[in-house]
Order: sequence, then C-alpha cells, then structure tokens
Amino acid sequence: MLPSSGGRPPYPRAFDTVKHASETPDSEQPWKELGLKEDEYARIREILGRRPTGAELAMYSVMWSEHCSYKSSKVHLKQFGEKVPANDAMLVGIGENAGVVDVGQGYAVTFKVESHNHPSYIEPYQGAATGVGGIVRDILAMGARPVAVVDPLRFGAADHPDTKRVLPGVVAGIGGYGNCLGLPNIGGEVVFDSCYQGNPLVNAGCIGVMKHEDIHLAKASGAGNKVILYGARTGGDGIGGVSVLASETFDAEGNSASGTGKPAKRPAVQVGDPFQEKLLIECTLEIFAEKLVAGIQDLGGAGLSCATSELASAGSGGMRVDLDLVHLRDATLSPEEILMSESQERMCAIVEPDKVDRFLEICEKWDVIATVIGEVTEGERLEIFWHGEQIVDVPPRTVAHEGPVYQRPFARPEWQDALQADDAGKLPRPQNGEELKDQVLKLVSSPNQASKSWITDQYDRFVQGNTVLAQPEDAGMVRIDEETNLGVAMATDGNGRYAKLDPYAGAQLALAESYRNVAASGAKPLAISNCLNFGSPEDPDVMWQFAEATRGLADGCFQLGTPVTGGNVSLYNQTGDVAIHPTPVVAVLGVIDDVNRRTPIAFAEEGQLLYLLGDTKEEFGGSAWSEVIHQHLGGLPPAVDLDREKLLGEILISASRDGMIDAAHDLSDGGLVQAVVESCLRGGKGARLVVPEGLDAFTFLFSESAGRAVVAVPRSEELRFTDMCGARGLPATRIGVVDGDAVDVQGEFALSLEELRTAHEATIPGLLA
Amino acid sequence: MARVVVDVMLKPEILDPQGQAVQRALPRLGFAGIADVRQGKRFELEVEGPVDDAALARIHEMAETFLANTVIEDFTVKVESTETAGASS
Repeated sequence: MLPSSGGRPPYPRAFDTVKHASETPDSEQPWKELGLKEDEYARIREILGRRPTGAELAMYSVMWSEHCSYKSSKVHLKQFGEKVPANDAMLVGIGENAGVVDVGQGYAVTFKVESHNHPSYIEPYQGAATGVGGIVRDILAMGARPVAVVDPLRFGAADHPDTKRVLPGVVAGIGGYGNCLGLPNIGGEVVFDSCYQGNPLVNAGCIGVMKHEDIHLAKASGAGNKVILYGARTGGDGIGGVSVLASETFDAEGNSASGTGKPAKRPAVQVGDPFQEKLLIECTLEIFAEKLVAGIQDLGGAGLSCATSELASAGSGGMRVDLDLVHLRDATLSPEEILMSESQERMCAIVEPDKVDRFLEICEKWDVIATVIGEVTEGERLEIFWHGEQIVDVPPRTVAHEGPVYQRPFARPEWQDALQADDAGKLPRPQNGEELKDQVLKLVSSPNQASKSWITDQYDRFVQGNTVLAQPEDAGMVRIDEETNLGVAMATDGNGRYAKLDPYAGAQLALAESYRNVAASGAKPLAISNCLNFGSPEDPDVMWQFAEATRGLADGCFQLGTPVTGGNVSLYNQTGDVAIHPTPVVAVLGVIDDVNRRTPIAFAEEGQLLYLLGDTKEEFGGSAWSEVIHQHLGGLPPAVDLDREKLLGEILISASRDGMIDAAHDLSDGGLVQAVVESCLRGGKGARLVVPEGLDAFTFLFSESAGRAVVAVPRSEELRFTDMCGARGLPATRIGVVDGDAVDVQGEFALSLEELRTAHEATIPGLLA
Repeated sequence: MARVVVDVMLKPEILDPQGQAVQRALPRLGFAGIADVRQGKRFELEVEGPVDDAALARIHEMAETFLANTVIEDFTVKVESTETAGASS
C-alpha cells in the first residue's frame, strides 16, 4: 500500500487512527526513517501509553529533531537565561518567536538571526530566499513590522568551482526575496574558508519595529477561541526538512548519512513566493491594528506540527484541529504530510469567536486564504481529526517542549594544544617598506578582505527610504521615527578562525566586534541575538567547542550588559567527519536617539586627525595576515578585554553624540591597515600615517588586537576629544592625518588610492562575475 | 539538422508562484473552469549531426546539469523532427 508518488515517504494510504493504534500495538513504524532514535521512539510510546499513530509519529519526529528541540544544545543554552545582566530594555526574552527590547519613545524592537544552511547548499537560490522569508515571519509574529534584514554568509574557498554555484544562487535568493518584500538589506558578512566548502553558512537576520502595546505572543488560550490557518495553501514541499535535512550529517556526496545509505530523497526543498509573503505581512499588520488576535505563530520548520503544539502548550487549555479543513495545493497529501509540510508563507492565529468574521474579511481583502481549522478546548490534549477520525491525541507540551534532552559527552580535542602552540608570531614578517607594501596589497585584495560590493549591490539597501547606514559601514542603521529621527543599528560578526583556536575567546571576540561595530556607528548597544553554527554534536570535540563558545558568549554578555534575547543553533554543519570551524555569529542591536548623529567610516575631510584608540600588541593568531600571507592557522586569538570594549564603546558613542569625531572604523580582521584603506576608499581621501613610538610598522599595520578603533577628529575638537579619552583612561594615539590621494606610511611605503581601489574592488567580481 | 525538445517542469510538490499568478488572473479575465495552472519551460535544440544515442545522452546530461535544476524540476527529452529545422513552420 505505497502511495503512488515516488518522492514521498512511505505512508500507508489507509490512514492510521488513535483507535487503530491502540488495537495494533505491534505494528512496525518508520521511526528510524523519520530520524528518531530507538530510545526516543520508546519514550513516545511511554508518554502515550500505546504506539503513536502515523500522524503522531510524524509530529514527534519533526518536533524532537535537533533543529526544533535543541536537544543537544539546551543544557548549554540555559546559561543565556541564567547569566542575565541587569538591563531594563528587555521586554520579551528567550523562548518566544523573537526577543523584544525597548528602544525608547514608546517603541520596541524585535530582532533575531536564524540559519538556513543545509537547504542553501542543496538549492542555493530557494534555500537562501526561504531563509529570509522564515526570519521575516518570525519577526512579524511578534507583532512588529519588519524594517530591515541582514545576512551573515560563509562559503568555501573563493576560487573553488562549487563556490561559483552556491554563492551567486544564495546572493540572488536573498536579493530576490528581500527586494520583492521591499525590505532593505543593511548588513551582514561574507567570509570564505575551505572549511565551509560542503557546508556553507547562510544565516538571516531581521529587525522589526512596533509600539510597546503591540507585542504579540505565541499562545493559545481561552476555550472556544478559533484556530485560523492563513497564507499560502499547504503543499508537499519541505516535508521533514528539520528532521532529515537540518539535523543530520551529509557525506561527501551530499547524501544523508543515516538510514540505508542510498541517496537521500530530497523533498525538503521549499520554493518561496515573496509576493505572497508581502500580502501576509500587510494582512497580518492590519489584523494586529484591529486587535483581532489572542495569539499568533508563524509556520516555519516543522510546519503545522510546530505551530499547533507550541501554541497549545503555551496556552492554558488544549486544542482541537480538523485537518480536512486545511487548504491544500495537492489533494493527495496524507495527514502525516500535511502536519510535516514546510510550505512557506503561512501563519496560524488564535482568534476570539466574535472576531473571526472581521479576521476573515481582512484576509479576503488582501487575497490571503484563511480557514478556521479548529479551536482551543477546555482539555489538556492536542487532538487532531482526519475524515472524522481521531489521528492525534497527545499532551502538547510533550511534543513542543518536553522532548529529549541530551548531555552529550564533550572533551577538549587532542589537537587543541598543538594548534595553540603553533604560534603565528613565529611566521616570517616583512623586512622592509617594499615587502610591507606588497603584503598590504595582498591583504586588501584577498577574498575575505576585498570589497563585497559586487554582492551587496545585488541587495536593495535603501528601499523605504529610512536606511542611513548600510554596507560597507561598520553597522547597518535605519531610522524608525521620521519625526524624532530615532534609529536602530545592527552589526553581525563572527570569526571561525579565532573560535577554532579558542572557542571561549572566539565567541567573546565575535560579541566584542559586533558591539564595537554598533558603538562605532554611534549607537548604544542594547541586546544581542546569536546564530551558533557548529559541526556534529555527536562528536565530543565539536561539543566541547559548543560548550566553550556558549559559556564564553554568556559570560561576555553578562559582563557587557547586553542580554541574549534569543537565537538559533545549527548543528551537523560538516562534511563527512570534518566539521566546519566553530562559528558563533553574534548580532548586536543598538539604539541611537538621532540618526543625524551617526558616525560613518569614511575619511572625507582633509586635515582631520587620525587617532588610534586602544592598545596594539603583537597578536597575529588567526589573523587575516597569517591566512593571506602564510595560509596559517595557529596560536591564540587576540586577548579579550570586555571592560575595555565597554569603555571604547562609551567613548565612541559620546564622541559621536557631541560631534567630536567625523568618522570611526573598528579594527578587527586585517588590523589597522585594512580599516584605514576602507575608510580612505569610502571617503575618497588619502591618509598620511606615522608609526607610533614603541611599535614597529608591521605590528602597527597588521596586528588584530581587540578593543581598538580608528577615528577622524576635526582639528577644532582635538583637545576636547583627547581630554575625554585621557580622563576616562582610554589610550588614544595620534597616528596621522587625512591627506592627499594615497595611503602613505611615512618612511615605509605609499600606495595610491587608485591602486588600492583596483586591488580591493576587482577581486570578487573577478572570481564570481 | 534535427530538433530535440527539452521540457522542464517544476516537480509536482514544488510551489509554482508563476502558475498560481496565472491561475488567479484567469477568472478576472473571464476565463472560467481552470482548476490549476503549472508553468514550465521549453527548450528547442537544433542538433548538428545525427540524433543518435550518443547525442541524446549528451542532451540528457545538458538538461540535467544546466537546463533543469533537478533539485526542484523534472525534465523530458523528445526528438521532434529529423527533418531540416524550420521546414515545418
């Protein structure tokens, strides 16, 4: 009794009911094919006191997947809720669709970053596009209007043929979906490293804005309230995406490693429709404005299984759903498939009975299909019916929140000591001005340090007219109130090389860099979201990296006073036995009272003085220099000093607010010279630099010591600025002046802006266009 | 020269936003009675030389790697005419 369509999992056509399950306790069930482990299947039987029906098994399998249940990461993520700094900006914390922070003037901002790594490798365009769609719906479900997106991306080696397949598809998908929605793409990153060859990282972030009173939560309470599914019709796409695709390792051919070893079926690719999503956004915002919903949830990974079980378990009672009422794109779908489908552009709302008519009217106006598929009940069970028969009868919490929790074994990898002992400080250094010049050119033209405008120009950065900063600035910034010029800024950062050398410090460096980027733009950092990309949790080495990185991030957030509002974990990012570099990506959200006070990176005024803030030490472990010149990764990453980061942030924000600086650029990978070149090219002006006393030219230019920034100070403000730094105890060293049309390191070398621009801007189009 | 036609369609379970847009437009334009629309692509290849097994294998490979995105699309290859192309139209 196999279904006729070859692409679907083998479900019996005659459907399985609760009654039938009780009568046939010994029926064989495809729990293994659905990605469940033997003990997990046993636990489901124990919870239910019988074997699960096919539909129940489908729901548990997707909801207990690594992607949805966080079963390997939960024990570590707990720290984000325990080490919470005192911060009164936090309005909604971890656990909802996205966290919400207060940004003043009655506004609240919600933001989150999620991964869409595995789908984007298989089908780059649609994988990346639906990644954007998914995060936008998460933000929408909180009650907010999405106002901007960001995309931190990581690919294999820039010159690898497969990168030419994956990158253009991903970039076009992000641009295609985001541009159709009319959302500016204001930031992100593009990093190349061969460790991401078979496993690119496509993370997508979104920022949404609302008034405090508009916050909506995902819960279903009030017996008798109606459950409404609205948006696109449900089809057979994306079935099992979270359990089969996102929660397992692929072998070298991209096949699923578990199961029978035959090529994995790939029904998990979804195709998005951004115009449908745009209708869904406007329709939902109108519904919010008329206060028609008691609870709301978007449908993403695990589809209707996730939405019904999460809504029901967050509410007070139970829920009853009639699956026959779900609008289908394909009438032959089985109930299991309907429950597991990850069709895009769908939402689920809980609505009081007397508001249902108005709700449906608004949906009709926006050409959005909406159906009452069930109601909230007095009981404590989630019950689902099909053709009049009960096919699901479960306690919803056991599906949504009480899944398995693993204490995965972890241990410091045996190779870690050798890696750290392989000090990058011992690498041969340039001996004279000519060699320095040559290495500077190599650095700024290397794929990771080169201009990414070929990529970011494919995104619409200025649609809606509120973008005040976008790539290649340190942080993206949008105005959220056109009267007062209140704005928010966001930066995303992560450095897998640092994290490989020391995951604890690496996570803190990602946090510090993102924090510094936001502060450099003039905005005050408020809170963070994260996207934790790691290899297989079943590998103790990887699990150690994860444990260390989460501990580092939680400690760092506590110290900086920026709470974690939520985030996402993506595991199993590896090809065969080889895991990616541990890659915690941190998104810091900041607020600025008046966007006209922002600080750009451009050195635009000749005669302005350049100051280097912070201390420069000989720190080259994991540096861009060690990668570009020596293809080396070893030693220790730069030392972390979060108190210094905080002080630097305060100085940058004060200086921006009081008009003491005209430009600021954070120093991170590539060091001072990278930052100066970017700022010069951005402003179209050169710089004359003098190596400060006590530093050699090489360390001055290439060191990646953290807690530093370079600023351009108008001469009239010099005294006031240096007095402030002196009084607060922040080292500020005058290193030169904005001048001419070359980057001229006195006594060493000079490179014309023209030469630098060619080197910096030709690389990416040369490789990919 | 012979003409070989490669038809590419989205797999049945994959959403087809273009097809749906066409379907929504039909009743507005007064065309009733269409339950669903799926839109695909048709490639007409004018083949140099004989269309033998080797040529068809090459076209198959071409379709699989370039003309169709087999992650989300199916394709069919058929030989339309072995006459000189253009003669029939």
